[in-house]
Parts: sequence; structure tokens; C-alpha cells
Amino acid sequence: MNYEHRLRFKTLVMVLLMVVCANTGDLLLKRGMTQIGEVRISPVGLWQALLATMHNGTIWLAILFLLGFTLCYMTAVSWADYSYVMPAGAFGYAVQTFLAIVVLHETVNAKRWFGVIVICIGVLLVGQTKPSTTSPVSEGPAPTNQAVPS
Amino acid sequence: MIKIVLMLLFFICCSTGGEIAMTYGMKLVGEPESFRPMALLRFFGRAARSGWILLAAPLMAASFYSLLILLSWAPISLVIPASAFNYVVGTFGAKYLLKEDVTLKRWLGVLMVCAGVTVVLLTGQA
Repeated sequence: MNYEHRLRFKTLVMVLLMVVCANTGDLLLKRGMTQIGEVRISPVGLWQALLATMHNGTIWLAILFLLGFTLCYMTAVSWADYSYVMPAGAFGYAVQTFLAIVVLHETVNAKRWFGVIVICIGVLLVGQTKPSTTSPVSEGPAPTNQAVPS
Repeated sequence: MIKIVLMLLFFICCSTGGEIAMTYGMKLVGEPESFRPMALLRFFGRAARSGWILLAAPLMAASFYSLLILLSWAPISLVIPASAFNYVVGTFGAKYLLKEDVTLKRWLGVLMVCAGVTVVLLTGQA
């Protein structure tokens, strides 16, 4: 297996792990937030929502899965392009929409399904490009403000 | 619907900014030597000391909290695909900030993702 095949394979494995963790985490988040109820945008409302999320076991389980997603994501972008890994993770949308129907009993109309399918075709196109187009970055200064690297 | 769109914009800014900072940080850290537990621990330890990762963390925390609020306002089948606007903003960031070679095929893929998101948004809130 040459370098590019190996790179593509390990990126695919990481992306699949990302999709599983993100989907499960999002689904658990939705369940947890439904248990908490609608959040009011006011200092008191936000504070109450924060306290409620901290005392909700489903939210903590969701956080665990989303932490797993973040670790897989960090590992993947250490060798592959951000513009490759990020859209590749969108394979989860079809799974997410399917789970929303089966588990949460939400109604998803045909137009929305079409949108999800178009998203997935786009992701397939991105998946056909080279996983990495940059060389490793040399050490530079740490950020001193909110600006992104240039 | 307006409050959902505004919260979605806030979510996208924090999420994309955080991910770009994290990607830059991880490129500095380099890939793990192997997938053995100790090698992975060393890898994540190096990442935890990176300034860029420390910048990414609060941005991603803000995006996470705004996602929680969005999920309490709208169905998951709308919120999650709509957040795919991240892909377009993120690809611009990858090209101009991270200097990645975004080919025509990759752009086409991203635009299809964007088109899919638009269709999802046009279906409105269920």
C-alpha cells in the first residue's frame, strides 16, 4: 500500500469514527435538550439552561461522544487537509436524518431528503480529491489574539 | 425563524474559527507516531500545550453552546444540515488562511454541499 493509499485509508477510518461519534452525540444532545425544554435568551434564562445541562446525564453522555469526535478530528487534521476532512464528515447527515425519523420520530419531507442527498454527493466529490495538499507547518509564534493564521 | 438564523451565524463563525485554529495547531503538532495508547497520549499531550489549540477551545465551546440552544429551538433534521454552511466558510478559510490547494473538484463538492443546505433551509421549520 503506497503513501497516498495509506493516507486515504486512515483518513477514511478516522472520518467514520467521527461520523459515529458526532451522530450519536448530536442525537443524545437533542434528547437531553428536549428534556430541559426551550432556552430563553436572557441572563437568567441562559444561566438556568447552563445549570440544567450540567445536571442532565444524557447531555454528559453526549459530551463524551462529542469529545471522541473532537479527538478523532484532531488526529485526522494532523495529516490531512481541513477542506478534505471537514466535508467528508458530512456523510453523517444521511444517517442523522434517518435517525431523526426512527429514534426521535420527527417528520422529514421529500424536499429536505433531496437536500441531504445533494450534500452527500458533494461530499463524495470532495472525497475523490487528494487528502493532503500541504506540507507540515514549521513552528511559529503562538496566537496573541483572536485572529486566525495567515 | 430570524432568531434561528442569527444563532446559526454565530454558531458558524465560532465553529469555523475554532476548527481553523485547531487545524493549524495540529499541523504544528504533527501526526501521531503510532496508534498505541502511550503514543496517542503523548500526541494529545503535545496538542494540549499548543497555543492554537488553546485558542480553538473557547471558540468551539461557544459553538457547542450555541448548537445546544439551536437544538432546543428547532428539529435536528433542520439544525444539523443547516450548519453545513460551515463547509463553504471553512473552505475559504482553508484556501486563504491554511494555504490548502482547493481544486475545482473540491470546490464543486463544497458548492453541492451549499446547494443541499439551501434546499434544506427552504423547507423551513417543521
